[in-house]
Amino acid sequence: MPRAGALPSSAQPRGLIPDPILTALIAVVMAYGLVVLYSAISADPAVFRAQLVRLGLGVLVMLVLANLHPRIYLRWAPLVYLGGTALLVAVLLMGVNVKGSTRWLDLPLLPRFQPSEVMKLAVPMAVAWYLHDRPLPPTLKDVVVCLAIIGVPAGLIVLQPDLGTGILVAAAGALVMMLGGLRWRLIGITGVLLAAAAPVLWQGLQDYQRQRILTLFDPESDPLGAGWNIIQSTTAIGSGGVSGKGLFQGTQSHLEFLPEAQTDFIIAVIGEELGLVGICTLLVLYVMIVGRGLYTAATSPRTFDRLLSGALTLTFFVYVFVNVGMVSGLLPVVGVPLPLISYGGTSALTLLAGFGIVMSVYKHREW
Amino acid sequence: MSWRHYVVALGFCGLVAVLAARVAYLGIEERIFLKKQGDARAVRTEVLRAQRGVVRDRWGEPLAISTPVYTAWSDPSLAQVSESQVARLAAVLDVPEAELAAKLGDRGRQFVYLRRRMDWQLAQTVEALDIDGVYLSTEYRRFYPAGETTAHVVGITGLGEDGVDERGLEGIERAYNKQLRSVSGRKKVLRDRSGHNIDDLEFTAAPKYGEDLQLSLDLRLQFIAYRELKSAVQGHGAKSASLVMLDARNGEILALVNQPSYNPNEPLRPTYEGVRNRAVTDVYEPGSTIKPFAVLAALESGRFEADSRIDTAPGYMWVGNKLIQDPLNRGVMSLTHALEKSSQVAIAKLALALEERDVYDVLARAGIGTPVGSGLPGEAAGRFSDVGLDNEVMRVTLAYGYGLSLSPLQLAQAYLTLGSGGQLLTPSIVLGTADHGEQVFSRALTRSVLEMMETVTSEQGTAPKARIAGYRVAGKTGTARIVGKQGYDDERHVALFAGVVPIEDPRLVMVVVVNEPSGGLSGGGAVAAPVFARVAERSLRLLGVPSAPNVQLAGGGR
Repeated sequence: MPRAGALPSSAQPRGLIPDPILTALIAVVMAYGLVVLYSAISADPAVFRAQLVRLGLGVLVMLVLANLHPRIYLRWAPLVYLGGTALLVAVLLMGVNVKGSTRWLDLPLLPRFQPSEVMKLAVPMAVAWYLHDRPLPPTLKDVVVCLAIIGVPAGLIVLQPDLGTGILVAAAGALVMMLGGLRWRLIGITGVLLAAAAPVLWQGLQDYQRQRILTLFDPESDPLGAGWNIIQSTTAIGSGGVSGKGLFQGTQSHLEFLPEAQTDFIIAVIGEELGLVGICTLLVLYVMIVGRGLYTAATSPRTFDRLLSGALTLTFFVYVFVNVGMVSGLLPVVGVPLPLISYGGTSALTLLAGFGIVMSVYKHREW
Repeated sequence: MSWRHYVVALGFCGLVAVLAARVAYLGIEERIFLKKQGDARAVRTEVLRAQRGVVRDRWGEPLAISTPVYTAWSDPSLAQVSESQVARLAAVLDVPEAELAAKLGDRGRQFVYLRRRMDWQLAQTVEALDIDGVYLSTEYRRFYPAGETTAHVVGITGLGEDGVDERGLEGIERAYNKQLRSVSGRKKVLRDRSGHNIDDLEFTAAPKYGEDLQLSLDLRLQFIAYRELKSAVQGHGAKSASLVMLDARNGEILALVNQPSYNPNEPLRPTYEGVRNRAVTDVYEPGSTIKPFAVLAALESGRFEADSRIDTAPGYMWVGNKLIQDPLNRGVMSLTHALEKSSQVAIAKLALALEERDVYDVLARAGIGTPVGSGLPGEAAGRFSDVGLDNEVMRVTLAYGYGLSLSPLQLAQAYLTLGSGGQLLTPSIVLGTADHGEQVFSRALTRSVLEMMETVTSEQGTAPKARIAGYRVAGKTGTARIVGKQGYDDERHVALFAGVVPIEDPRLVMVVVVNEPSGGLSGGGAVAAPVFARVAERSLRLLGVPSAPNVQLAGGGR
């Protein structure tokens, strides 16, 4: 982008809220999510309060990050990346095992946390950092380096095992590369290679992961095991019809038939209680958020800023796509929450932090 | 903006469209199917059990009552029961573990019985196991507190065609099924995954409780009658026996028992022998118990009185080609004396002296030949016909109780006309349904017959063992031979005794029939009369019927 493209300084946003439009959109989605969650948790005040506190904390982090200059991220990107990767190694060595996978780190003086969450931001930052002063589209050598930057942490996360987060982390990094201008030929070759590697990858999957993929094609093959979630969630969505049964009226979610109704499968609650209208409203809001993020990326003059904000925005969309695809039976079951709606702390925090970075890019579009 | 931006935007929009399309497909195209699927999981129809009516005796004692029992069931399509839980459950329910595991593993079904009709204690043990997916529900089971004592009157129930509600199979349970029966209701409920009811959606059918029924039966008298009849059957090695006790004032059935009986609380289908209500369904030749009616016919004719003389010498006579004989030549006897000794010759002469239809008419007016109409199922009409009355042999045999048959209940009804002062009353089993009856005989004449019948229980009569201290007993013995393959069988007898007590103000009418007593004693006076005396004595005292102190057991003869 030519320098002349910079906006006049009078138009530069000021104050604590650099991008009121994006902030408002996020606030609307969060409010919508709180209403649905209130129904999904059957108006449990303690749970509701916990979610409010988490979202409040997330918004605080978002606003703080939004007011930092993108060059700070550029400067810290390699360090955050290396530190995060080290923590991932630490997780594998000394992590806390919860429900058969080791994802959490219990360090003294710190609350228990998942280093893989940090990598959702650190990996795209690192790739953007690597590419920001190199010729674009990147050379083959740069592509290989980027793949390594992405592959190491993603691999460590898959080893935990946490396939969902691993995919999201890899997607975030890959999106930076794509925005950086991968040649279509290269994308094609990668696709072919991935297809060729599929049998090998299949072998590398855990039994339960394979089962999840298989049941995607035929949920009725194991209606009480792996297929249960999909059958229940599609049933919930479908039975809601166009306008839904009304808040608190969903039988599938309120009678415990729908698993994980307040976390990963919350969109099934929306489908059952608010119907097609409810889901489409949410999708429109998400599209607007993504549009706003892509607009920020497109109008940003610096390569690092552009790559990072674009990739974070698209990662957000990957969340949406993977979650809705999974719940509606299009994709296999991987543990990806519905962004800004699902109950749970860490992912909301990461997402809001990501939006903070996007806002920071928006705020600092001058040279 | 470069072309790359457009590609990204386009791809992004395409993916959103895919999601929207998929959700729309589920919500619109598949909606009806998926809604049904959802309802199939959450909406269940629940049976609302209703209690069948209680059958009580005249004082309110329960004779048939529905008590809650518990059924363990499961929904194999939802239940996830571990192997160790199956093992524990199998031990508690006392069923083979493999069988239980197979039932619970049948994923295609939504309902299986694990064990039905457990008592409260066992149900508590199952509950304590606290296995998710194993549920208890309440059903009702019919319980008969008096067991075999009232089995024939009260009857039994069985599962109806719908497999839910009971219907009466025998006795009162059957005859009054319409009144007693309950109809289970149905409601749709919302049930969560663990099987808890969350909400009632709608009542598709309201449960209908059965109405209670109060019988005229007096359980105390029933117990006495049952015990005495049973010991008589055992003591005489008899094949079967029946006893009917009526209230002489209104015809209410106070006791009705048979041997053999059965335990209606046993789940097994009782054998045909035990389940028959012989007092109502089986017919016998009444033999000499009919003679008082021949005497009544003679009194009604106006040509005979209690002390009218009849010459029975030489102790036998021929009617046509039939020899009629007494055990010994008693010479000239009074009518009363003829009844006391149960003289065949005297009664035969009496019958021949009367008009053709006189004895038949008296018997017909006493209700013989038509079913009683008590309300108990399976009443026999018996055999009683006026064809051939122009034949002297027929008239004579009818007068001493052969050539007709009737049930013990019919015989009791006939004796009731004597006990009630000449009224034909319908023996009734349901309290409050006694009718007023029709005057069929003169009060004075029936009273005379009763006075004459008192001699039967004198020391010189055929049934001194029917006497009761403090009460004057009018009765008549009967010993009928059983019709075998070649005519009357000399070895097999029916011993009968029918009586009314006390004579001054009759309160009880009772018939005792002992079928095929074996051993030395076979006559009505030896086998049936003692049962009558023992049952009547205790019953009169329980009912508080005043006794006459001047009536002595030793000096009862007149």
